[in-house]
Amino acid sequence: MDFLRGVWLWFADGSHWQGSDGVPTRLGEHVQLSLEAVVIGAVIALPIGITLGHFGRFGNLAISVSNIGRAIPSYGLLVIAFTAFGFGDGPIVLALTALAIPPMVTNSYVALSEVDPDIKDAARGMGYRELAQLLRIELPLAVPLIMAGIRTSAIQVVATATVAALVAGGGLGRYIVDGFAQFDYTKLFAGALLVAALALATELLLSWLQRLLVPRGIRLLAASASRRATAFKTA
Amino acid sequence: MPSGLFLDGEPWVDWSWVSTHIPTILGYLGQHVEFTAISLAGGIIVSVPLGVAAHRRPGLRLPLLGAFGTFYTIPSLAFFALMIPYTGISDLTALIPLTLYNVLILLRNVIVGLDEVPADVLDAADGMGYRPFARLVRIELPLALPAMLAGLRVATVSTIGIITIAAVIALGGLGELIYEGFIESFRTPLVVGMALCVALALVADVSLAGVKRLVVPWARSG
Repeated sequence: MDFLRGVWLWFADGSHWQGSDGVPTRLGEHVQLSLEAVVIGAVIALPIGITLGHFGRFGNLAISVSNIGRAIPSYGLLVIAFTAFGFGDGPIVLALTALAIPPMVTNSYVALSEVDPDIKDAARGMGYRELAQLLRIELPLAVPLIMAGIRTSAIQVVATATVAALVAGGGLGRYIVDGFAQFDYTKLFAGALLVAALALATELLLSWLQRLLVPRGIRLLAASASRRATAFKTA
Repeated sequence: MPSGLFLDGEPWVDWSWVSTHIPTILGYLGQHVEFTAISLAGGIIVSVPLGVAAHRRPGLRLPLLGAFGTFYTIPSLAFFALMIPYTGISDLTALIPLTLYNVLILLRNVIVGLDEVPADVLDAADGMGYRPFARLVRIELPLALPAMLAGLRVATVSTIGIITIAAVIALGGLGELIYEGFIESFRTPLVVGMALCVALALVADVSLAGVKRLVVPWARSG
């Protein structure tokens, strides 16, 4: 109990909420690193997954990408990026982007390839051209699973950004890494709580966004999308 | 210090270092395998009964998947750190979070596997006089095995990758080699640690695919 009281006092201490090592700054760094990686990753991964899924080609490739992505330790990837390119946010974002890509490729591939062929036939019969069919018929149906892929990526990136503190990155992971190095378990524990809260908040925010983006007519599909999403945890 | 773009001529692997550090490397590898095996065994022990319960009582699904889903969302480094005040720097600090992660993956697959057993098969089993427990053990769980093994493969490969992070707070495993490579700016341990990790994941994945072929020869796909 004394320990938890100490953690409470850590949070109550005003000096932990200001300056370059304050919670708002660290939170900002964490969110910025993660956001950059997820956005860059999405720009690369979604067109690939959507195209492969639409044409139903190279399915094995799209699935293997996530199997290989799972097998490569995220921690090692960060250290390699650091060894190759040195200090700074650039190498960290590069490594995080590499981690963000596989879940988005796999899930958007599965999302598009699972669109009911009868629906595609009906669209063709109604005179839809290829691109219109993709944009107006297939993508809306695929949104739940595509969003589930983005959510999976985002949570993994937030988790791995924590480890980036080890290779001199900023973010909330600093409290864990520094707290451990200084035997300051109060700081370590407070940092861990902040990281866990950020990961859960990311999950909730993206679930909410998913609900906004899914057309009303296919909400039911959205409910099962989280369950069908390819499980992915590397950090 | 970082050596810049790998262009400085330092070899990827310094074999003389490897040859003098074989016992250390094997020690970390052994620890890595041990963590993986224990957390998977723990995951199976917890998830099978819970999965059976959730299959029987659909009302349990949301709370169970919600609770373990929450654990799963917590980043591993944070989860390990949250354990330290209670378990210190011990194996349990790594094993408890890893086991909880595995429970979610396995639990989902146990439920899916049991749900997918055809109703006709259950009728036939009832007609043949199976009691509920015998029906569960001898009919339902074997038929759910392919889905469970698929979950086990995902859980195994994920776990092997996540354990490397345990080394950030000195809990052991192949991540210690990655850490050493980072701290000493020496490429060899980093490359050896990464390579062994990926190799271990591939070997485990292929072996589990083989196990599946042996124990469920009727399910060829997937």
